[in-house]
Amino acid sequence: MIKYILKRILYLIPVMLLVTLIVFFLMSITKGDPARIVVGESASLEEVEAMRESMGLNDPFFVRYLRYVRDLFLHGDLGTSYKSGLPVMKEIMSALPSTIKLSLAAIIIAILVGIPIGIISATKQYSFFDNFTMILGLIGISMPIFWLGLLLILLFSVRLGWFPPSGLTSFRHVILPAFALGTQSIAVFARMTRSSMLEVIRQDYIRTVRAKGQKESRITLDHVLRNALVPIVTVVGIQFGNLLGGAVLCETIFSINGVGRLMVDAIKQRDFPVVQGGVLFISLAFCLINLIIDIAYAFLDPKIKSQYK
Amino acid sequence: MNVFLKIEGLTVEYRSGNRHVHAVNDLDLQLGEGEVLGFVGETGAGKTTTALSILRILPNPPAKVLGGKVIFKDQDIIQLSDREMRAIRGEEIAMIFQDPMTSLDPVKTVGDQICEMILLHRNCSKKEAWEMAGDMLETVGIDRGRAGDYPHQFSGGMKQRVVIAIALSCKPSLLIADEPTTALDVTIQAQILELMKELKKKYQSSMIMITHDLGIVAEICDNVAIMYAGGVLEYGSVMDIYKDPRHPYTRALFDSIPDVHRDQARLKVISGLPPDPTDIPSGCPFHPRCPHCTERCKTEKPEVVHLNETHWARCFLAQEEGRYEHE
Repeated sequence: MIKYILKRILYLIPVMLLVTLIVFFLMSITKGDPARIVVGESASLEEVEAMRESMGLNDPFFVRYLRYVRDLFLHGDLGTSYKSGLPVMKEIMSALPSTIKLSLAAIIIAILVGIPIGIISATKQYSFFDNFTMILGLIGISMPIFWLGLLLILLFSVRLGWFPPSGLTSFRHVILPAFALGTQSIAVFARMTRSSMLEVIRQDYIRTVRAKGQKESRITLDHVLRNALVPIVTVVGIQFGNLLGGAVLCETIFSINGVGRLMVDAIKQRDFPVVQGGVLFISLAFCLINLIIDIAYAFLDPKIKSQYK
Repeated sequence: MNVFLKIEGLTVEYRSGNRHVHAVNDLDLQLGEGEVLGFVGETGAGKTTTALSILRILPNPPAKVLGGKVIFKDQDIIQLSDREMRAIRGEEIAMIFQDPMTSLDPVKTVGDQICEMILLHRNCSKKEAWEMAGDMLETVGIDRGRAGDYPHQFSGGMKQRVVIAIALSCKPSLLIADEPTTALDVTIQAQILELMKELKKKYQSSMIMITHDLGIVAEICDNVAIMYAGGVLEYGSVMDIYKDPRHPYTRALFDSIPDVHRDQARLKVISGLPPDPTDIPSGCPFHPRCPHCTERCKTEKPEVVHLNETHWARCFLAQEEGRYEHE
């Protein structure tokens, strides 16, 4: 098991290298000149050219790429923001806590609401509750987050005044954006839990447990849910990854200084090092979450555990 | 023999959309204490449905018990509350299922699965239950050290032993075995059968053995019920049924067993197909396939004809000795 985890962590290195390469390439073919943005609109062509030279932008693609990778691996240096002149690492680190706080809150809300809905729907298939929540879920999945966020602000901040509309300084600040961000996940978890459990409910071994004289509630939680967990945990992981990287709209609407917003601003200003750093962080988070899920599989399914060597 | 289990007029139906599948139709049956009853019939005859209705674990929906009584130890268990029924399941009536590959929960150790049964019905600590689970494993011929293993680490035959261990762990007075050897290969079948015979002697429980293998019946059963289209066509002791089958369907079943002493190029089969359970034939359900069918058989359902104290058949011709000869 430990060997398996170490192996998986080693695999991260080539994955990360590939990610940097792709992002670096995408950035290099993006229109717009960072040097022009640094020196300002009024600067002369000579000044821009001098800036390009000093920023190393005139070097060939692979020279620039290798320089970037060398700094990253040897010094943990992600470069300096063109715009603010601060190290990218520092910029990301200051934005990261908000994003993590927001995504964690959203995923916890989604798990606590979505999975129980799925469990009840599965045990009472085709009941009013089941039909009602599944329609609600469909609405939840198809609702754009920027629209939902605005509606939430309108109702709970402007009209009712229960929660503040922007910022992320207290627990009360987290509720609205986390709910907006988590709604889609609630629906995804509810539907996944329901379908995964329905598949297990019809299995012979559930009948065996019933024949033992076990209570229905225990059958549902101890056996049905337990066996249905692998696909549920998988979508929880995928959704969490999406939330970390996809909180952009939510952060923008609720004026939260998170990684998503940092990156969008950086893209607008052709602040390549910040974009690259941000993408790298999000991919790393994605990979780590996936690793954690793969490890979780081993505890959920003894068959998978025996394969991890 | 005192009445231990008595089924009267049991009728079960599966509904899917507008289709009504008549799985069990007005079934009567009796089982004495300590007796082993063989349930014989083709696939779809309603054997498993009957067994599941005794335990009341039919999937509902789509299955629905439309009528009848299942009297077990002087109480009609169809009328019991869910809570009372749960106390009977496992403790009084236990079941061994057909396919051991899918009958065990894949994410729990076999020890835990036996423990679950013991903890439900016995007042004991987790540790004591684990000890008892180990004892049960030894009883069925598995090393107790394997209690911590998961089902996928066992072979099919071993899994069936575990299923048997679970079923017997609370010493039920009635054990229902639903084709316990069908999914296993022949050598393992023999081992499992041998084990069941041994355990039957040891635990002295009554047993319903569902099978379509007449050899198994001869080996282990006291009485036999021949099922067809959700009802019992003939009932009697193994002696009665094997020496003197009276229903044409029973005879046809015996005729379809290949004879190793004769050079047979083709297997003898019963002509026609088992009845469509959504549309059971009128009169005697076997009449479309019966070589001795009369006009009366097509319209009128034959009543039970008692041939001796234990032996009866639902056929108008049952009493007419020599009406049809053995080939």
